[in-house]
Amino acid sequence: MANNKLKRRLNKNSFHQLTSDPALFIGVILILASLVLFIVYPLYAAAKLSLSDDGVFSLSQYQYIFTHSYYSKSIMNSVMLGAIVATLATFVGFVFAFAIAKGGIKGQKFFQPMAILPIISPPFMFALSVILLFGRNGLITAKLLHMDTSGVYGLKGLVIVQVITMYPIAYMTLVGILQAIDPDLETCAMNLGAKRIKTFFTVTLPLALPGIFASWLLVFVGSLTDFGNPIIIGGEFDVLSVRAYLEFTGMGNLPRGAALAMLLLVPTVGVFFIQKYIIKNKAYVTITGKSSRRGSSSVTGVAKIGLFIFTLGVSLFVIMFYVTIISGSFIKLWSVDWSFTLRHFVYAWDVGFTTLKNTLILATISTPITAVLGMIIAFIVVRKSFAGKQILDFLSMLSYAIPGTAVGIGYILAFNKAPFKLSGTAFILIAVYVFRNVPIGVQGGIAALKQISGDIEESSTNLGASTAYTFRKITLPLVRPAFFAGATFAFVRSMTAISAIIFLVSARWNHLTVLILAQTEIMRLGAASVLSFALIVVVMAFIFIIMKLTGLKQSQIFGTTK
Amino acid sequence: MEQKNDNEYLVLKDLTKIFSDGRGNEVTAVDNISLTIKKGDFVTLLGPSGCGKTTTLRMVAGFELQTYGDITLDNKLINNVAPFDRNMPMVFQSYALFPHLTIFENIAYGLKIRKLSKEVIKNDVAMVSQMVNLVGLENRYPGELSGGQQQRVALARALVLKPEIILFDEPLSNLDAKLRIQTRTEIKRVQQMMGITALYVTHDQSEALSMSDQIVIMNRGEIAQVGSPEEIYNNPNSSFVADFIGNANFIDAKVSEIGSKSITVTVQGNSFEVKKTDEEFSEGEEVALAIKPEAVDISLEPTGFTGKLDVSSFLGSITEYKIEFENSFIIAIHSNTAGQTVKHFKMGEEVYVDFKKEFFRIYKK
Repeated sequence: MANNKLKRRLNKNSFHQLTSDPALFIGVILILASLVLFIVYPLYAAAKLSLSDDGVFSLSQYQYIFTHSYYSKSIMNSVMLGAIVATLATFVGFVFAFAIAKGGIKGQKFFQPMAILPIISPPFMFALSVILLFGRNGLITAKLLHMDTSGVYGLKGLVIVQVITMYPIAYMTLVGILQAIDPDLETCAMNLGAKRIKTFFTVTLPLALPGIFASWLLVFVGSLTDFGNPIIIGGEFDVLSVRAYLEFTGMGNLPRGAALAMLLLVPTVGVFFIQKYIIKNKAYVTITGKSSRRGSSSVTGVAKIGLFIFTLGVSLFVIMFYVTIISGSFIKLWSVDWSFTLRHFVYAWDVGFTTLKNTLILATISTPITAVLGMIIAFIVVRKSFAGKQILDFLSMLSYAIPGTAVGIGYILAFNKAPFKLSGTAFILIAVYVFRNVPIGVQGGIAALKQISGDIEESSTNLGASTAYTFRKITLPLVRPAFFAGATFAFVRSMTAISAIIFLVSARWNHLTVLILAQTEIMRLGAASVLSFALIVVVMAFIFIIMKLTGLKQSQIFGTTK
Repeated sequence: MEQKNDNEYLVLKDLTKIFSDGRGNEVTAVDNISLTIKKGDFVTLLGPSGCGKTTTLRMVAGFELQTYGDITLDNKLINNVAPFDRNMPMVFQSYALFPHLTIFENIAYGLKIRKLSKEVIKNDVAMVSQMVNLVGLENRYPGELSGGQQQRVALARALVLKPEIILFDEPLSNLDAKLRIQTRTEIKRVQQMMGITALYVTHDQSEALSMSDQIVIMNRGEIAQVGSPEEIYNNPNSSFVADFIGNANFIDAKVSEIGSKSITVTVQGNSFEVKKTDEEFSEGEEVALAIKPEAVDISLEPTGFTGKLDVSSFLGSITEYKIEFENSFIIAIHSNTAGQTVKHFKMGEEVYVDFKKEFFRIYKK
């Protein structure tokens, strides 16, 4: 048998997929090109600027940053804040996840939404609430305790708001892992003589450890790249993301601003790689996959009460912030004149209606694009095989790892001149929404497609269905929950985005979050409350409409995507 | 005009499948096999995992393109027929039911594609549901059914197309033992009733023996033996087949004399004759003698051979003895006749072993 002949035959078989499918081929090329243009190129532009001095390669910006305590302090601050918040938020998220997945506490219907509620809030809503409650004229600090303090500005306030904002990230990472730990393992440990508390520390906790680690890293990165909270409540406590913004837009020192943003990139990309290549493999080892029964008795009665009180306490704390924002919308002058008024609504309507409308338009345009693009990429990655597939997978997930500040700066640098002059247009905002959020759609789509065994599609083919018919009747309906979950997240994140958007808004195309920030900065807290309230209402209405239209449950939308 | 020939309904000719990982590593999953299947026959591809049986089935279904060779169905070459045009419904190991469709919609899926009228679809589905005992479950979803019921839906979904040939890929391996036996009778009954040709992949020898008209034993991508269940069970042509299908005991022996019809071998100093086979042996050669457990007798009365009892297991209708024999172990199986007491031996006891020598088969070592 001639070896060459065999090679030719095998080659013909593997080439078949691309050559016989020109739509696939063109699709792959177009997607790759757009990923390079909107993810890699801006990053390159920012990196290039930060590494040059009068057009010559130089590390001088970085040298300056590390040798001047004014800047290096903000790095230290960011890292310290991130570590504290990551630890506390992971703890809160773990308790929530444990209480719901293993503790069997009462009131799951109430606690499950509470565990993720902060996800859908505007980025600095909690900061605004904290100012209203604990600020210089805060309801609790000034009115009830008669303190004259601005102590809430800075590290303390930041820790509170970031923990509240980010414990859902920890919860969502951990709840699936805790549920996947076979209750039989815990039962078995007890059967071998371990008390419940011993079982927790020798079986449950070690098995959840990769998840705890992952959650810690995710929150750490979340805190590091957070822009909305620190700019409102950070006060004298300088952090990297805010410093980069102020340097870039306030001082007009573009190279230094770019360099600071690049520094943010180091930990986020690092975590991205750890997440993608180390933890993923680890976490799956713990799933035994045999038993699907829920454990009922892995905690004692006392522990159950403790879990209940803790989760209830956190939930009430979160609700308090929402109540504060809503009441702030109706109160004439917080802390001075408590009478009821609608004038904030009138004012907010005047300054904010157009912005709200435009924000909504842009989010509505970008959401379906994001969801469809994400699903197409996921489909190609899971079901097709061709050279360069890994690059597509990697690039589509990469933008997850790039902090908003770096994206914003990169977009300004990349798209302010020909051939890609986009700044000031709606298009640049849509591009940011789409390419910042596409990883969510891709991830959800991949997870959904992997669950559909190849057998099911083959079976359809075997019964006489063409590829197109199979995709329409079998594949699409099965990935529907993941599709709408991706779309919902894309919408929520578009509506509540700020860190990248703040660099790119223009007079014509402003964004609601940027407007809220501006109102907060000029201390029009009433108007800021009204606008935050409006944002929450829009987001909730969207989720409600999606749930009604698709018949999906809340857990399906928030369960399949992280 | 070619004559239709029911004796050559499905023909695989020189079929080879080589998988390549694109980095120069090649694996030959199916190596130049040829097979002819008669119309209406129940043919089983039997072999250990990795023997190429599933790959062969997937080539027939069109999911894998063969590297070399031809597949002919009813005298038509189908190499280039797309899988969705082959009309060979397959029952998958995982059942592959569509989770978002009801049982009715699952069964009707293929009919809908064939654009049959609502009336016809309704009738056909009802008829098949009746046949495989699914009546009353039509509006449920697959997730709400037991494993056995899901398996019957998968079968119904294939049968409803009234195919001439149906493919099975280890359809019973996810069922428990009792249900498996029940379902295999069911499949066989329906297949005979409808006169369908069946190509059935399994690694379970009792499934193959009980259902098949022809068994094709595969090993390492090649066909080891083809024959009826009795032929294969009684006359395995190689030690592999003897081991795989009959759980044969293998005993070391030495050839002492070669006659015209028989070969004389020596075991433990005892000489006896065994039937000659196609294989060539020479005098003095070390060989393996295969014998089935039910042809081994064990007693305390002195006979030709000695061994040491290791374990005896009472299994209801039979008793199984594990005996240390010639530095190795052999298994003896005795039927327990009703009313008779079972022979008991102590562990480690010296026992005498006798063989029904006419059942010995000789193989190269």
